[in-house]
Amino acid sequence: MCLAIPAEVVSIDEANDNAVVSLGGIKKQISLALVDGAVVGDYLLIHVGYALNRISPDEAQKTLELFAEAGMLELPPK
Amino acid sequence: MKYIDEFRDQQTARRIAAAIKQAAQAERHYRLMEFCGGHTHAIFRYGIQDLMPANVEFVHGPGCPVCVLPAARIDEAMQLAEQHDVILCIYGDMMRVPAGSRRSLMQAKADGADIRMIYSTQDALQIARDNLDRQVVFFAIGFETTTPATAVAIKQAAAAGLENFSVFCNHVLTPAALGAILNAPEPVTIDAFLGPSHVSTIIGSRPYERLAKEYGKPIVVAGFEPLDVMQSALMAIRLVNDGSHEVKNEYSRAVTRDGNSKAQTFMTEIFELRDSFEWRGLGVIADSALQIRSEFSTFDAEKRFVIETHAISDVKGCACPEILRGQKKPVECKLFGTVCTPANPMGSCMVSSEGACAAYWSYGRHRVCQDVNKPHEP
Repeated sequence: MCLAIPAEVVSIDEANDNAVVSLGGIKKQISLALVDGAVVGDYLLIHVGYALNRISPDEAQKTLELFAEAGMLELPPK
Repeated sequence: MKYIDEFRDQQTARRIAAAIKQAAQAERHYRLMEFCGGHTHAIFRYGIQDLMPANVEFVHGPGCPVCVLPAARIDEAMQLAEQHDVILCIYGDMMRVPAGSRRSLMQAKADGADIRMIYSTQDALQIARDNLDRQVVFFAIGFETTTPATAVAIKQAAAAGLENFSVFCNHVLTPAALGAILNAPEPVTIDAFLGPSHVSTIIGSRPYERLAKEYGKPIVVAGFEPLDVMQSALMAIRLVNDGSHEVKNEYSRAVTRDGNSKAQTFMTEIFELRDSFEWRGLGVIADSALQIRSEFSTFDAEKRFVIETHAISDVKGCACPEILRGQKKPVECKLFGTVCTPANPMGSCMVSSEGACAAYWSYGRHRVCQDVNKPHEP
């Protein structure tokens, strides 16, 4: 139920507060009623036809670095 | 795909697993409750459980809106479709849940009720615009992730004077459910929580701070991708080791401390707290759900239609209530994998793809069950 997927904004229809997003090439119209200031190229989290939030590229990078930090450990021998 | 593939990398998963093995102290047993069905699903789909050391256990939480909705509410929605002749718009997850006399909305639809599966509340509004001579009711369920979409629809219907549209509201609140788990008469032992993922994009991580402090449990807001779940487990284990009762946010690319204020404004404008609401498994919880404010009562299906309420008991032997409280694992239910399967579900936890029973079944855990059920050889 609470699943949401990151999708890239490809065009914005300001008059209707909608956007077309692309998810691996599949295009879908979604509502921008819940987010302000989305621009083409942003990644939005999509849930039941609405964008819930913008994904922060900086924070995503930090989390990946956090993973890498955990990965500083050597893999145990198989 | 961006923001998906890099959070599913197998090599990184092995390394985080190694870090978890190192962080988990041999003399302790860690019970981590993942709140959301989305987490449970990730744990089994990606085999995360099997990457954990034996002393790290996932306890499955109640965060599956389909699972926690009592059968009586489904019966009430069915009444709307069958006795009031409305077009009932529902999210697909609700279709197959058995309600009174084990009849589902799918069965009601087969028997002639006008029940339509929708993807978005925008679709429900469109159905209302296209059928001005019919009453259209949206059967709204879900946690805070899904609530703003309902609020937007009601606001748009009010603005457009779309008088044939109304909402049967069943939206529930996650902090209340977390509180109920911790407050239960026989609470299960939980060392830390993996906190809601997309719910938190809306409400932020702040609402958990009070709970973490009051009950002395660390909470790590965790994304739904497998590496998110593993990293959050690692963070939770470290917090438990440190005796810390903090809230940490692993899912910072989508969750902030304050959440989405625009969505929150929509919710407060349209909804107010319901005095009490019954949850499957958790019982009646005060201030745990939302109802439509009186200013928008013309869009409230509970006000527009006379709905009879009947108590409905769950199928005998179904352990959904205990499973939702984290007291039992699906394999401990007598019905699991025998009479109750996704093709013929007895309880809601087997219906919803996010339900713990469906996750165990879909990813092969029923084999564990068969081993458990085998008579012991002397």
